[in-house]
Amino acid sequence: MRRPISLYGLTFSLPLLVWQVLFFVFPLLFLVALSFWTVKNFVMSPDFDTVNWTTMYGRAVFWQAYGTTLAMAAVAAILTSVLAFPAAYAIAFKLSDTARRWAVFLMVIPFFTSYLVRVYSWQIFLSDNGIINVILGWIGLGPYQMLNTVGATMVGYLTLAFPLVVLLQLFSLVFIDRTLIEAAHNLRCGRLRTVFAVVIPSARTGLVIAGLFCFILSFGDFVSPVYLGGGEPTTLSILITDTTKSGQQWPRAAVIALTMIGTLMIVAFAAVKFAYKGKTK
Amino acid sequence: MATMSSPLGLTRRSLLATGAAALATPMLSRRAFAQATELTMLAWYGHAEPDMVAEFEAENNVKFIPKYYTGGDNMLGLISQSPPGTFDVILSDAEYVQALNAAGYVEELDPADYALDEYFPEFQQFPGNWADGKLFSLVTRFGFLGVAYNTDALTEAEAANYNVFWDPKLTGKVGHFDWHLPNLGQLSLLSGNAAPYDIDEAAWAAVQEKTMSLRSQIGGFFDYGGTFSSLNDGQMLAFCGIGDWITGVLEKSGAKVKSVIPEQGGLQWSECFSIGKGSAKADLAKKWIQYITSAKGQAKSAQMAAYPAIVPNAKGWEVLQAENPDEAKRQGMTKDAGNAMDLIRSGRIQYRQWPIQQDLETWNDFWSEYKGA
Repeated sequence: MRRPISLYGLTFSLPLLVWQVLFFVFPLLFLVALSFWTVKNFVMSPDFDTVNWTTMYGRAVFWQAYGTTLAMAAVAAILTSVLAFPAAYAIAFKLSDTARRWAVFLMVIPFFTSYLVRVYSWQIFLSDNGIINVILGWIGLGPYQMLNTVGATMVGYLTLAFPLVVLLQLFSLVFIDRTLIEAAHNLRCGRLRTVFAVVIPSARTGLVIAGLFCFILSFGDFVSPVYLGGGEPTTLSILITDTTKSGQQWPRAAVIALTMIGTLMIVAFAAVKFAYKGKTK
Repeated sequence: MATMSSPLGLTRRSLLATGAAALATPMLSRRAFAQATELTMLAWYGHAEPDMVAEFEAENNVKFIPKYYTGGDNMLGLISQSPPGTFDVILSDAEYVQALNAAGYVEELDPADYALDEYFPEFQQFPGNWADGKLFSLVTRFGFLGVAYNTDALTEAEAANYNVFWDPKLTGKVGHFDWHLPNLGQLSLLSGNAAPYDIDEAAWAAVQEKTMSLRSQIGGFFDYGGTFSSLNDGQMLAFCGIGDWITGVLEKSGAKVKSVIPEQGGLQWSECFSIGKGSAKADLAKKWIQYITSAKGQAKSAQMAAYPAIVPNAKGWEVLQAENPDEAKRQGMTKDAGNAMDLIRSGRIQYRQWPIQQDLETWNDFWSEYKGA
């Protein structure tokens, strides 16, 4: 039976609904409308013209940037998940309660500093005359070019997402039923096999959601590709800024943004479906 | 109901009112003293900082409220999204002045109000400032774009040619300031186009081909901040698309970088002041433009902390020479042969402007393709 909507329920749900409509649905609809506007001599005018869609989708550079961004975000999600897992596992299973609280606190600390500042400070480490190359120089190696490479962009993505991914993984690991792990051990399942056969499947939802967050953050990030990757390869976020720099082409930038939003929605739905596959409510 | 009164005959309400008034008095008197008129300025970063405006603010009891933008498109966006009269003073790159005027965003100026006769003749009828014999903006400072280079890696003679970007020792060490207009203008000059922005389709195709051949040398495409840091830490050894407006600031802080106008010529950027359409403080805005284009204001403008520039007022050069002869010399604002005006007069400098025979979009699309190549 449907429960009647109570005033109590509305008090808590209505602000969220209003907020979502005002700051998500309405701007999104506006973005869709904007993508059909036209621009002449720097002036945008409301219109219904598909020229922006056909122009952007007809350009090789757009699809190139799309493929690059998708691939880089996917690699970032996998890399971050793989690197974060041992950390989350150790915090969940190997540390005392006090140490675990400290570890969680340490994972929150990076968010106290601006991401842009953290990325800029990486330049000091990665540049040709930077800290890493100087240290390598002491043992007769290098200098290696690290800044303005895809690898440096990945370092930036890790900086952005690693602490969050560890925390999300951690929260799913701590809720695993420990008796399952004990049962596996009692049945003479080795430590490594237990991780792959029991721990990871049990924590699947959290692990996938953590990876998804990393994908979403990396896919739309502008800071790392520009300040660590040197602006190449061109990602979709860079292409948006390029597009707006040419005679107020906001409608074309809207096409790129909508494509990004669409892609993220598809990836998010697919990931969530996979995360909850086979789970009963 | 009887009013409750205190033994002193004060009601609670009157006591509260008196108390509030007493507490507010210092705030009111402070406001009465300060009450500076607020003047809004839309400009590149630095133009409304204390080193530029403090004296004018004190003399006229004005407080500038700056709104800084990054790039002309950003500026046009901000104006078009704001109601008329939002910005009293608008600083704009010369390319955008005509767009401002065409869209009716700026007020007409009276040439008699300004010390135009002190300007070098080339700047008295500056293109873009005038439309149909009417003045709409006034050029206040300008600079040259050439080859920016690391002085440890290259000599001035080596850098004085755009072909240095193809030097094998600079592979992966050449940076681009990420805006198509100055970069493609410079490479158009290298391709032998005397008017780099007024080129036919064949010449445009040649510029594209030449530009593409540079792609493997490029270490990155940088915005304002990235350009600074990559030149400062030696990550990039040469830069296309910039000039003294960036290297001048770095030089002051001791970085080993410089800019040179190569033998194929350089480009000129120019900044102009206008009064925003519908400004309620147009008189004060006019006063500011008078101040900053006067000899004294021009010397200040040449030494602006955010980024230095050459000024078009000849008397301003004299004030600068007296105030800061080293900076006057560094920027070529002296009476010596080969000074900034000689460079312009010898035909080695071309205005940065919109492409004339192609759409702006065509140039930008090519730039995106070049970056993605």
